Amino acid sequence: MLQLFRRLLLVCFVKPIAKLIIGMDVRGKRHLPIEGPAIIAANHNSHIDTLLLICLFPSGSLRHVRPVAAADHFLRSPLSSWFSQKIVGILPIDRKGGAKRDVLAGCREALERDEILLLFPEGTRGEAEEMGDFKSGVARLAETLPETPIVPVYLQGAGRVLPRGARIPVPFTCSAIIGTPFRWDGDRVSFMKTLKSTIEALSAAAPPLRWI
Amino acid sequence: MNSWWLICGIVGVALLAGWQAFTILFAYISFVALREFLTLAPTRREDRLVVLLVYMSILISYWAIWINNYDYFLVIVPIYVFVGTAITMAFMGRTDGFLATVGIMHWGVIVCVYNLGHIAFLMRTPLGEVPQAGPAGLVFFLIFVTQFNDVAQYVWGKLLGRHKISPRVSPNKTWEGAIGGFITTAAVFVLLAPFFTPLTLYPSLLVGLTLPVLGFFGDITMSAIKRDLGVKDTSRLLPGHGGALDRLDSLMFTAPWYFHMLAIFALERF
Repeated sequence: MLQLFRRLLLVCFVKPIAKLIIGMDVRGKRHLPIEGPAIIAANHNSHIDTLLLICLFPSGSLRHVRPVAAADHFLRSPLSSWFSQKIVGILPIDRKGGAKRDVLAGCREALERDEILLLFPEGTRGEAEEMGDFKSGVARLAETLPETPIVPVYLQGAGRVLPRGARIPVPFTCSAIIGTPFRWDGDRVSFMKTLKSTIEALSAAAPPLRWI
Repeated sequence: MNSWWLICGIVGVALLAGWQAFTILFAYISFVALREFLTLAPTRREDRLVVLLVYMSILISYWAIWINNYDYFLVIVPIYVFVGTAITMAFMGRTDGFLATVGIMHWGVIVCVYNLGHIAFLMRTPLGEVPQAGPAGLVFFLIFVTQFNDVAQYVWGKLLGRHKISPRVSPNKTWEGAIGGFITTAAVFVLLAPFFTPLTLYPSLLVGLTLPVLGFFGDITMSAIKRDLGVKDTSRLLPGHGGALDRLDSLMFTAPWYFHMLAIFALERF
């Protein structure tokens, strides 16, 4: 019942908003897996990023799409917690973590359940329309499950629509550029380098962004 | 080709459905064009809410069309949106880049909302003032002639084009293409005008000769803007056609001219 409601919400409300109001432009859709397990790794500037990534998928895949999101941010209040987990379908992750607990256990289990993880390696939204440093969690995840395809995605524009700290969204055309999937290459440093440089290379295909 | 038929279909259905549907459609087209323009042109971080305010001008302008108040329509954008955006931006307090950004906002609203709005307002022409095709015929004819002119210039340019008009802005435009296009379009305009417009022979000759020139300059102007911004197309909204602004460029200049020519020579309403 809840899954049906989520699909209806996506098809009748969220997708039309992304398409008609935000004017989302998607390139390289053929690279996008519609079945898991897979890790979608994108740059992060805004809560709108999650919405754009979810809209890339057909509503039939929605049950398997799990945005990885910070527990400390989204599980703050009961309402936000319910909405994030039940409606958006986030996979909460404890950013602070403890030395003993495995922060990525939840992600691994999800991948073993053939789910599609939406992951922002920057770990935070940061300054609008600027790419920060990538955290290596995605490399550790790929290392333990080396067969999982990693799909690099460059997102542009969402930082203007709703930057960190802003409350009112303003429509600007957004782009999502999907790159060729790749797999774990045996080394964390080179893996992270490949991921970041691929996403940066995808950004060259995006329309010029002038925000002064 | 697909998106071409889709546009024709949507505009055609809205034309047949009457002024209400057409006004809503054009309000949305204005929004898409303006969003494209303000995404591409440089704006400042502080201007996000001003952009939202500029989008609101679409609602206000098209509301004036909806209530059929031409006086409101005439002053809303050039005076009150102008003053409103300038005040808000000055109030925001960032001065570097102020003049450039406030100018960009005004440019966007004028071409995307004010100029295009004239097309929607033509749909409010009283039935008694136009031939049997009705107000929808007036609008159809404007869109048809503007598109025809684009195609005619292209074809003549391909056939005979030798001397470039403005090699820096739009290297594919030639004198042969432009003049061939103007004459062909003028001939078609004069021939068909009696079926769609209340214009008599001499006024229709005048409009037929000037309208394609305006269309040409609308095209050239958008090309200059695209070169300035360093893009080939304004977006990828319509596969094979580029963005909304690429498709609307000529119409943004022909619409107000056609409207005013009709107002001067034929229509009592405006």
